Amino acid sequence: MTQPVLEVRNLVKAFSIGGGFFDRLQIGGGKLIAPEKVLNAVNGVSLSIAPGEVLALVGESGCGKSTVAKTVARIHAPTSGEIHIDGTEVSSLDQKELRPFRRKLQMIFQDPYASLNPRQRIKDIVIEPMRAQSDRKMSGRELDAEAIKLLGRVGLNAEQANRYPHQFSGGQRQRIGIARALSVRPKVIIADEPVSALDVSIQAQILNLMMDLRDEFGLSYLFVSHDLSVVHHIADRIAVMYLGFMVETASRDQLFANPRHPYTQALLSAAPSVDKSLRKPEVEIAGEVPSALNLPSGCCFRTRCPLAFSRCAVERPALRPQPGGGSVACHLHDPAPEAFTS
Amino acid sequence: MAEPLLDIRGLQTHFHTFGGLVKAVDGVSFDVKAGEIVGLVGESGGGKSVIGFSIVGLIDPPGKIVGGEIRFDGRDIAKLDERAMRRVRGREIAMVFQDPMTSLNPVYTVGRQMDEVLRLHTDLDKAARRARCIRMLEDVGISEADKRLDAYPHQFSGGMRQRVVIAIALLAGSRLIIADEPTTALDVTVQSQILKLMRRQVEDTGAAMILVTHDLAVVSEMADRVVVLYCGRVIERGLTDEIIANPAHPYTRGLLDSIPRIADRQHRLRQIPGTVPDIRSIGLGCSFRARCSRAQSLCAERSPDLAHVRGSLDAACHFPLEEAAR
Repeated sequence: MTQPVLEVRNLVKAFSIGGGFFDRLQIGGGKLIAPEKVLNAVNGVSLSIAPGEVLALVGESGCGKSTVAKTVARIHAPTSGEIHIDGTEVSSLDQKELRPFRRKLQMIFQDPYASLNPRQRIKDIVIEPMRAQSDRKMSGRELDAEAIKLLGRVGLNAEQANRYPHQFSGGQRQRIGIARALSVRPKVIIADEPVSALDVSIQAQILNLMMDLRDEFGLSYLFVSHDLSVVHHIADRIAVMYLGFMVETASRDQLFANPRHPYTQALLSAAPSVDKSLRKPEVEIAGEVPSALNLPSGCCFRTRCPLAFSRCAVERPALRPQPGGGSVACHLHDPAPEAFTS
Repeated sequence: MAEPLLDIRGLQTHFHTFGGLVKAVDGVSFDVKAGEIVGLVGESGGGKSVIGFSIVGLIDPPGKIVGGEIRFDGRDIAKLDERAMRRVRGREIAMVFQDPMTSLNPVYTVGRQMDEVLRLHTDLDKAARRARCIRMLEDVGISEADKRLDAYPHQFSGGMRQRVVIAIALLAGSRLIIADEPTTALDVTVQSQILKLMRRQVEDTGAAMILVTHDLAVVSEMADRVVVLYCGRVIERGLTDEIIANPAHPYTRGLLDSIPRIADRQHRLRQIPGTVPDIRSIGLGCSFRARCSRAQSLCAERSPDLAHVRGSLDAACHFPLEEAAR
């Protein structure tokens, strides 16, 4: 078996919120205390991506999918858990030690307006990571030539290379972001909602480009998206997240043909489609995602689940491998202990 | 045949900017009948939101309605002054916007904002108004409505806020609801709840709805008829099922092909090359010609008029697509 280019084990990320020490200060039980308020964004997520594979993380807002992406990219420091890039554990490395690994893992962001420096020419945007990270020493002219070649590959011409980001449309800016990510020849690209801000005709252009680049450069993607039809198009494997937990993983075809977790079923049936024939029997779920400040006991989905039963409130289901591939965290797909079979 | 509730003919809304004249809406015609949902679709810059704002008379300078008629229930409301328009807006025609946080006032309780509608548009007394507000909130699926009435918008989640906005829109018993990207900011499971709610309200009250959206999938599930806009013009219109199955305009075909299909996965998506042109630089000819694979010299010379193609479909194209053989 080939070694995964990215492997994450039991990743946990909790944000401490509620302001600084003095903001939190209050009197409790006759004493002055400063209780810590914690937002549990990611609660023990494991995943692995093989070379050339596209793994999609899907879920609704607040499910922690972007936090996973940003923690893996070490924009956030993980609270606990392991991150292996190309076989090396990096979660405990400091910024300086991390540097050589940053080159192997690059990120594309959702908002192509906020993620490019407005005062840099796009050529320089692409050159900067090469200068900072490449161990090849390149002359200014070589860097220029390389940047223009990369921009050409993503569909921008040499004459545009000296322009500034505001002179480009949203789709073109996303191409610039992709060229920047490619400039250090990464193995994995983390794409956080890369096409959500784009019109549908432009979205198709960018998705096609990403697929072509994967084949050409042998890239792997960790593709974060809320859009199931986009995910179906691009992903090999899909991991569904809810409230910071992974509730189901499966290959693309398996997930869409036979979703097993009630949440996955609801998500698939809620997604609107232009194909009439595809409209699934409704799995209706009421209400909205509970707050990550105050996670429900037991299963995270039980407050909205139409199939929840007594065990769901008591015991948190573990993500278990299923016969036929994939894994599900649901008591319905788990041999029940005696106490709950009545 | 019944007179349409709303009949828009040759609407032109232009913006005079420093960069030149922007013809955001340039000769748009369509109608909406009572009890019907009409979808306005197109990409950014198509003019779909400007049409919505034009109908309710909320076009601010430098924008101006420079031509055409907006006939609502037989009278041209584009010609009304602000005083008369205020009586139509909110009572006869209501609007639901994309971002519920910007359409609700953060410093007033939800109850007060709902009450305002009834105070302005009905002669009910205070207790009756409150009872009606509670019933409305319950209708849109908010539990403990009595208590929630005294809560502020920030105490609601995104989906709940949008329900409140819809409740406000429905309170006065409007006959036309313009929903501008009502679910774009919401998650899919919440989106499907809100869409179902809006569909049911249209069915129950017999009101008409204009659904403005960029999402063809939402339109195909909701609308009876679709109007496709590109660069401020109607380029195709017809019954939803017919447009989705067999569009006549190459742009509509391209839009549908750009959507990844779960039923029919291709290795590559068919894409429309290029981007939407600057609306000021189109000049003569068809606005879609630079991105169109069927364009010929005629397309650069003369802008095509909207004409009947087949079935329910009208398209503005010199070389419309044949019906695909099935």
